[in-house]
This record gives sequence, structure tokens and C-alpha cells, in this order.
Amino acid sequence: MFYREAGDFKTSYPEDGQTFPIKLDRFGFYAVVFIGFVIIPFVINDYWVNSVFLPFLIYAIAAIGLNILVGYCGQVSLGTGGFMAVGAYSCYKFMTGLDIWIGGVQYALPPINIFFSVILAGLVTALVGLLFGLPSLRIKGFYLAVATLAAQFFLVWLLNKWAWAYNYSASGQISAPERSMFGVPVTGSNTEPWAVYLFCLVFLTVLALIARNLTRGSIGRKWMAIRDMDIAAEIIGVDPLKAKLSAFAVSSFFIGISGALFFSVYLGAVEVGEVFGINKSFLLLFMVIIGGLGSIFGAFAGAAFLVLLPVFLKNTLVGGLGWPTDLAAHLEFMIVGGLIVTFLVLEPHGLAQLWRVIKEKLRLWPFPH
Amino acid sequence: MKMKLATLALGAALAAGPALAELTFPSLSYRTGPYAANGIPFADGYADYFTLLNERDGGIGGERINLIECETGYNTEKGVECYEATKGSGALVYQPLSTGITYQLIPKVTADDIPMHSMGYGRTSAKNGKVFSHIFNYPVNYWDGASVGIKHLLDLNDGDLSGKTVALVYHNSAYGKEPIRTLEELGKKHGYDLTLLPVDHPGQEQKSQWLQIRRERPDYVIMWGWGVMNQVAIQEAVNIRYPMENFIGIWWSGSENDVKPAGQGAHGYKALAFHNMGSDYEIYDDLETHVVSKGLAAGSGDQLGTVLYNRGLYAAMLAAEAAKTAQEIHGTSNITPAMMRDGMEALEITEEKMATLGMANFGPEFKVSCENHGGDGLGAVAQWDANSESWTLITDFVQSDQDVLQPLIEEDSSAYAAENDIEERCN
Repeated sequence: MFYREAGDFKTSYPEDGQTFPIKLDRFGFYAVVFIGFVIIPFVINDYWVNSVFLPFLIYAIAAIGLNILVGYCGQVSLGTGGFMAVGAYSCYKFMTGLDIWIGGVQYALPPINIFFSVILAGLVTALVGLLFGLPSLRIKGFYLAVATLAAQFFLVWLLNKWAWAYNYSASGQISAPERSMFGVPVTGSNTEPWAVYLFCLVFLTVLALIARNLTRGSIGRKWMAIRDMDIAAEIIGVDPLKAKLSAFAVSSFFIGISGALFFSVYLGAVEVGEVFGINKSFLLLFMVIIGGLGSIFGAFAGAAFLVLLPVFLKNTLVGGLGWPTDLAAHLEFMIVGGLIVTFLVLEPHGLAQLWRVIKEKLRLWPFPH
Repeated sequence: MKMKLATLALGAALAAGPALAELTFPSLSYRTGPYAANGIPFADGYADYFTLLNERDGGIGGERINLIECETGYNTEKGVECYEATKGSGALVYQPLSTGITYQLIPKVTADDIPMHSMGYGRTSAKNGKVFSHIFNYPVNYWDGASVGIKHLLDLNDGDLSGKTVALVYHNSAYGKEPIRTLEELGKKHGYDLTLLPVDHPGQEQKSQWLQIRRERPDYVIMWGWGVMNQVAIQEAVNIRYPMENFIGIWWSGSENDVKPAGQGAHGYKALAFHNMGSDYEIYDDLETHVVSKGLAAGSGDQLGTVLYNRGLYAAMLAAEAAKTAQEIHGTSNITPAMMRDGMEALEITEEKMATLGMANFGPEFKVSCENHGGDGLGAVAQWDANSESWTLITDFVQSDQDVLQPLIEEDSSAYAAENDIEERCN
């Protein structure tokens, strides 16, 4: 009954090749975009934006990025936290005015608009990602995971050590000064919930569309060919150098943007070791795996699952049932952990696969045979 | 199922609950994670003091106290969530007990007109009330701690430290980096050499740092550690047979949890303090009658009398006194966060006041003003006795070197003011 393609005729190739070829799906997507852009900004408050929407939107960007690398190109990476840190710190440098010291004299660029700072931060991270992607040409699988782990530790160490990166502040923290888009502050302390929400939502929407179209175009097919069997891919004419490095660059671009937003819009002040540690890399890898490898929807689902569940549990256990906070915090770990294991046992391909199965069922409903 | 839905709705509604006719104190605590061993006693002390006020006096000025606890796990993201979840409920003052979360909240609380008290932690230059209108760090800050520590070393060496070597073992974060600048400046003044040894979060791995100490044998080691890092550092110092009386921790590295694992080896270890130790105060009798014996003690109730429990009591006492001051100033018992801020700015702690509270000789006297949000910077040195398993103050409360600190505070706070376009107040 739902998701039927019967009667949904296509008369041109672009129509047939669109992202949501089934009418119901397409309208569902439009509805979600409409709610996201038009309705939510009017009803959102400080609590919802800071504890639910911002983390969800920003983690979703990072999860899409990591999914490109791990899910589409098959290159396992544990360096996500480090790459996010590069994004955050380069965004900080651009938004406060990138400086350079030559012979004891400081030359500085003027501060760049926050929107372009975030994009530039993504580009810097892409370069760094490219550099750390080089070993992927020679090493694979678990060994690559270990090599990217080195990136994680190196980058965090570097950004903690290199005083230039945090403008020589005494504490080593970076704090985002107030910056505006069209006169509306999006960083700093005087932001409106709708403004920061929309700022991140615009990034997420554009990036998700780019990712979706990259992954179903020729680049995406090359990535997937490499993922499925690199030797076979090479034989049919896929250049592994270009494919792997482009995956690293694109993935890092996404992760860098998410790191920049994480710092400037969401947290406002960041300390590299605490915020972008190895835990962040694992968290994002979990998001991608639980959401579903090789699926853009999966990145959203994984981010939503791991961001919303702890907040939801906390509010239920502490706020609703009045349990002690430490008991609730411990139980939260157990419940989240238990659910992850259960999910992976029941559906190893993640929430995205679950969604696919549901769609398939809905197509046949109410006459399954 | 209905019950479940009601719970969920309540959970969601909690975020935007209306301000009740009582005084709300949020407690951003951490009873889980690598810093839990130190977070628990503080949170217990903080909660027990307010429970005592509720049970014994019926609250503050007749208004009952509503303590909302929120678990941060020392994690900044959870800290933000906790802040957003509690600020709508009329939260009077925030004490996050984490330098990272403090940095995060400084601009937020200022914009939301809620005061924050970072007692002995946080951003040191917040002492300058002309720039930081809503942030208070009385009675002491990290730079005071560094200076008091060096003063103690000067005392031990008849006022001359030239040619001596001092190593700083620090948590490689905003917290641990705070004293570096001060120690460098003091090094220029007194002529000692400073070696910096960073330890990465959470601090379980310190072999290389202590190997370096063993090789270079610095005359003194100063430590800025927290949580599990303290225990490991003290154990490592014992392992390389570093003389314990030359090893001084900041006040966050000086609790029972930190020294007990090293057993007899930790005997003689020193730590700074800004309040007194032990449980020999009248308030403990009241706590026993009104809180513990009624089964109202927070947590498992086994932390009474420990250093960090006392610190929690002290933090709660200062908050309650500030609330009283605010009630007097504004002539209303139901104060708002903005009134609370005024109360904190006019807070004066005298020996008399502490004596009437049953905390005679518990901490130094100090007075907060519009310009000075940080008190007078009085600190003392405590020493661990492994035989009796107790901490005792071995010096009086001495004042930090204001000649060195004041210019540093001016410099850092004016940089912050310039970055954020803040106009100086109090003129």
C-alpha cells in the first residue's frame, strides 16, 4: 500500500534517477525539510537546541563524512576526533584572523566571516586528511585503523602543544568570539536558538545532498568498487590512488566542518584533549556502524540514536522517576551498551537496513503474498 | 504504558519547568567517570549542607532550598546539557567543579544573568570583577595557589630559591596549564628553574614523567592533578623514592583518596588548602542530628570529614551566606539569580559569622567587592600523616604575592575584555 511504484510513471532519465524515485518517499522528504526549516525554528528553545538539535545536526555531518570513508570506500578510520579538532582549530584561526610571524613581526588576515571560516576549516581538514590518507595506499583493514589512530593522537598532541594554534592563550583553550551572519549572531553567548539551529541545518542539508549525489555518481561507484575488492577494481580501471585519497579528502572535509561547528556554534569553548579525544573517534564509528555502513540515512539514524538516547534516558530516569544521578548515569551506560549489542545481533547492517526492511514490508502491506 | 508516557512527558517538561517559590541550587556533580573519586565527596558535602539548612532552619530566610543534581561526568558536552536543563528552574548559582565547564559557561551565564562561583578553580582572571560581572572565584584561585606554594618553599629555604629547581607535573588541560605563567613569573623573581611535565587525560600513564624526575632530581615537585592522576603521581613518587616533603600538590591534589593508595609511602606529602581539615567543628554535630541520623545524607553517607567533603560544605556555606546577603540587600526572601549576584558581590565572611554557623576557624576571612571577585588569596599548606591517616595544616593562611599576580590578572582580563567588547564596570 505504501511505497508502491505502481502508477508512478517516469518519462525522463532525470526523473528516473532522482534520489527519491517513489512519490510517497519524496513527499515524506519534502515534509521533513519543511518541518526542519519552517516549523522547528519557531518552536525551538534553548534546552532543545543545545542538548538535542545542535549535537544531532553536527554529529550527523561528521557521521556522513565518516560513512563516506568507512562505509563507501571501506577504509577504517579511528582518526575522526583528531580531524574534528583540526576543523575546530582552523575555524578558530580563520574567525579570529589567521596570523603568521615572519622575523618577529606578526602579519594577520582580517577575521573571516563565520560561514566562510567553517568552509575554509573544512578545506584545511581535507588537506590534513589527504596527508594521513597516504598510508592507506599501502596498508589495509585493521592496520590502517592503527595508522589512523596515530593521526588521532598526533593531531591532539600537536594542537595542545602548538601555542600558535590557540593564539597563545594561557589556558590552551580556544573560545569563539561573537560572530554574525546577516547581522544575527551565530556564535558567542548572545545567540538565538533558531539562528544557530538554522545555521547548522543549512550546512547539514547542503552537505547531505552533496554526499548523496557523490556516492551515487561515478566517484561513489569507484569508492564502492575499492571497498568491495580493490584488486578487481584496479583491473576494471579504477585508480586506487585517486579513489582512496578522494575518499579521505571528502570525508575529512565533512568531518572538519562538523568539528568547526562543534566548536564555534555548539560548545563555544574547546579544549582539544577533552573534547576531541579518542572517545570521539569511537563514538562516531559507533554512529556509523549502528546507523548502517554505506548509507546516508544510516548516518542520520546513528547520530540520532547515540545523541538522543542518553538525553532521553537521563530525563526519564532522573527527571521522571527521580532516581539518583549516579545510578542513572551508570544505568544509561548499560542500557545504551545493551541496546547496541542487541541491535547489532538482530540487524548487523544497522538501522538503515531496518528501515529498508520496513519499507519492503510496507510495500506489500496489507497483502504480504 | 500510560505511566510510561507520563514519565516521558514529565522528562520533556522538566526542561522548561516554571520557577517555584523556593531557592533552587543546581549541583553539577560527577559521580561517574575518571574523576568520580573526587567528585563524590564534594557533591555529598554540597548536598548535605543544604539538607541541613532545610531540616534545621527550614531553608534560607524561610525559603526552602531545592537542590537539583545533574551528572556531568566532568564532560563539557554533558555540562552544557545540565546547564540548559537547570537554568530555567530559577537556578541561583552554578558551581560546576570543572575548569573546562567553567570556561564554557562564563559567556553563557553572563548572557543569562546568572552568577557562577568557581571556588579555587576556573578562570583565574575572573577575579577582576570589572570585566567578569557574573563570575566569582573567591576565596582563592590557581595563581594564588602557585604563589602560596612558592612562598612555602621560600620559607623552607630562608627566603632564597636561587639555583633551585622546581618541576611542575600538570594535567595537560586548561586546568593544569593555569599556573604555568605565574610560576614562570615567580621564577624570574626568585631565581628558580622551572621544568614542565604535562600528563595527558586521565593521567594513568606517568612513567616517563617520573623517569625524568628521577633523572633530573628537581629540588621540589609541584603538582596540578585531579582524579586518578593524583593517585598515580603519588604512587610513582613513592616508587622512585622522591622525598615526600618536597612534593606539593594543589588543593585539588590533596584529598584522602589521593594519598591512601600509596599507604605508608605517602607520609609527609604536602598539599595546599584554602579551608581547614577534619571534622572537629560544631556543624558536624548538627549534621549528625539533622542529616545523617535521619538517613538524609547524600550518596552513601561515608564521606563526612574528608577534605573534599569539607570543601563541598564550604562551597555550599558560601553560597548560602551569599543568598542571605542578597535577601538582606533586596528585602525579599524569594531572590532571583540577579539578586543572588548582588549578594555574592557584597559577601563578607568574618570569623564571627563562621563561628555562628558552627564552622569557627574553618577558612580565612575575606570580603568581595565589585572590583575584586576573588577575595584576598589566602592559602595554607597541609601535610598528610599516614600513621593517623589525617591531614593537618602546617602553616597559617598566608597571602599570595599580589605584586606579581595583580598585573597578570589585569593583563589576562583586559585581553578577554578586548576580545569580547566588554566595558569595564564599577567606575
